[in-house]
Amino acid sequence: MSVLVVVECDGGEVKKSSLEVASYGSQVAQMLGTTATAVAVGEATEANLAKLGEQGITKVLHDAEPRLKDFVNGAYTKLIAAAAQKEDAKIIVLANSNIGASVGSRLSIRLQASIATNVVELPKTDGGSFTVKRGAFSGKAFADVKLDGDRKIIAVKKNSIEALHQAGKTAQVEAFSAQLSDADFADAPKQVVMQDQAGGILLPEADLVVSGGRGMKGPENWNLIEDLAKALGAATACSKPVSDVDWRPHHEHVGQTGITVSPNLYIACGISGAIQHLAGVNSSKVIVVINKDPEAPFFKAADYGIVGDVFDVLPKLTQAVKELN
Amino acid sequence: MKFLVCISNVPDTTTKITFTPDNKEFNKAGVQFVINPWDEYALTRAIELKEAQGAGTVTVLNVGEADTEPNIRKALAIGADDAIRVNAHPKDAFFVAQQIASIAKDGGYDVILMGKESIDYNGFQVHGMVGELLGIPTVAPAMKLDMSGNTATLEREIEGGKEIVEVNTPFVASCQQPMCEPRIPNMRGIMTARTKPLKVVEPTGDAARTEVAAFALPPQKQGVKLIPAESAGELIKLLRNEAKVI
Ligand SMILES: Cc1cc2nc3c(=O)[nH]c(=O)nc-3n(C[C@H](O)[C@H](O)[C@H](O)COP(=O)(O)OP(=O)(O)OC[C@H]3O[C@@H](n4cnc5c(N)ncnc54)[C@H](O)[C@@H]3O)c2cc1C
Repeated sequence: MSVLVVVECDGGEVKKSSLEVASYGSQVAQMLGTTATAVAVGEATEANLAKLGEQGITKVLHDAEPRLKDFVNGAYTKLIAAAAQKEDAKIIVLANSNIGASVGSRLSIRLQASIATNVVELPKTDGGSFTVKRGAFSGKAFADVKLDGDRKIIAVKKNSIEALHQAGKTAQVEAFSAQLSDADFADAPKQVVMQDQAGGILLPEADLVVSGGRGMKGPENWNLIEDLAKALGAATACSKPVSDVDWRPHHEHVGQTGITVSPNLYIACGISGAIQHLAGVNSSKVIVVINKDPEAPFFKAADYGIVGDVFDVLPKLTQAVKELN
Repeated sequence: MKFLVCISNVPDTTTKITFTPDNKEFNKAGVQFVINPWDEYALTRAIELKEAQGAGTVTVLNVGEADTEPNIRKALAIGADDAIRVNAHPKDAFFVAQQIASIAKDGGYDVILMGKESIDYNGFQVHGMVGELLGIPTVAPAMKLDMSGNTATLEREIEGGKEIVEVNTPFVASCQQPMCEPRIPNMRGIMTARTKPLKVVEPTGDAARTEVAAFALPPQKQGVKLIPAESAGELIKLLRNEAKVI
C-alpha cells in the first residue's frame, strides 16, 4: 500500500503545481504510515526528478518513452494505472490541471476509485472515513466530500498547499516501462502550439498576477499592466470583455468562463468585479483593486484598494516596486 | 451524424449561495436555474455542425428530476431535436457518468459533447468517466471542434498553449470558450420546442462513490484597506511587509 503522486514536467523541470502535489502526497503518506512514490509525465530530467526528495517523495518512476513529452490522454492514463498497480497505490494524488482532470477522471473508472477534484486541504481521516475539502459553486463555497471505497484519487488545486523544501533530500529515480503501444498514442496531438506568455510566466502557474479590465480603455495602454507585471515578476491577465474584443488573447481571460487562478496576489486594474469575473479569482490569497469608482463591487472582495485612475496609479506602483528591489 | 449533448441544470451565476440548516444541501429556495454556461458551448456547436452537414440529429440529455424540464425545453428551443431526461437526483459525477454512458451505448451516438465542468460542483470529471466507460477517446477541455466525415479536429487547452488533436468518431469532448457564440432561443424556437419529444427514462442503478458531508461558505473578508491614490507607492510596502506576498 502506498501513495502515488503524478508529477507533470515541462522542458525537463517539474511544474510548481506538481511540487505542491508531491508535498500533499507525501504528507498523506505520512498520515497513513506509508511512503509516497511519484510517477513522472512530460519531459523530465533525472536530476530534477531526484530533487522531489525535497518534497518528501522516496521513489520516482520514470518512463523515458519520448512520445510522452506531450500530453496524450490514452498513454498517460495507461502509464499512471500501471504505476498504481505496481505500487499497490490506494491513493493517487495529481494536480487539478487540464492534464490532471483529464487523466484523473478516466483513471477513476479504470481503477474503480472515488475521486475529488479542486481539493484545497489535506484529508481528514477520523473514524474510518476519508474526507477532503474542495471548492464548489465557482469559488463561492466549499464542500467536505467523503471518498468511499478502497482506492481514492485526489486532484489538488494550485496554490492551496505550501510546497515542502527539505533541503538535500533526494528521491531514488527508477526506470519504469508501462509497455505503451502505438494504439496508446492514437490520440496524440498532431501539433502543439505554445502561446507567448508575458515575461515567460504561465498564468495558471503564476504566484502573482496583474490583470486589466475595460477600464484600461484599449490595448495601446497595456504597457502599464506589463510594466508592473515585469517589475513584480507576475503574469498578466484580463477580464472577458477585454479578450472578447481582442485587446488581449483569450488565454489571458480569467473568470467563470475563462481560466481560474489562485495566486498569492491578484492586482485588478480597471475591472468592475462582476460575479463572473470573481468566480475565477476569488480564491487568490490577497486581492488588490484599483478602480476610479469607489462603488465598484470588486472593493468588497479586495484586501487592499486604491480609488483612483489606473493611468495615474499604475506608473506609481511600478516605480515603487523598482525602488524596493 | 448523431450528436448527444449533456446539459446540467445549475443555479444562475449571480445566485447568492446558501445551504440547508444542516449544511448538507444547497438551498434551492427562490433560486433561478439555468443551463450550465459551459454546456451552452457544447449545445450550440453541435447544432452548428449538424446544420453544416445538412443532416443528423442533436439529442439533449439531462440527469435530473422533473424541475429541470424548463431548461431542457430551452435547449430544444435553441435548436436540439429531441431530449432525454434520466429521472434521478444527480448524486455525484460517477452516478451521472454511468447514466450518460448507458444512454450513449444504446443510442449509437457519434459525438458526445458536454461543458468543461458545471458551475455548481465544478467537478471537471464526467467527460473522462464517460469516455472510459465507453472505451472511446476524450478531449478535454476543447476550445475548437471541426468535423470532416468521421474525423474531428479539436483544439485542446493545455497550460500555456494548445494541442491540435484528431480523433475519429465516436468520442467525447468537454467544451469551453471560444468554441462558438452560444445561441439564445428565438420565438420560433420556443414555439417548436413545445412539440419536440422529451423522453423520461429511469436511472440504471444508484451507485455513487462520493458524498458531500457538509458545505461551508468561505470566511468573510476582513474589509478592504484603502490607500490614497497620491501615495500609491505605499501599497507596495504593505504588500511586502504586511501581506508578505511580494
Ligand atoms: C455567462 C457569463 C459568463 C461570464 N464570464 C466571465 C468571465 O469568465 N470573466 C469575466 O471577466 N467576465 C465574465 N463575464 C462578464 C462579466 O459579467 C462582466 O461583464 C465583465 O467581467 C466586466 O469586465 P470589466 O470589469 O473589465 O468591464 P466593466 O464592467 O466595463 O468595468 C470597467 C471598470 O473599470 C473602471 N474604470 C474605468 N476607467 C478607469 C480608470 N481610468 N481608472 C480606474 N478604473 C477605471 C470602471 O469604474 C469599471 O468598474 C461573463 C458574463 C456572463 C453573462
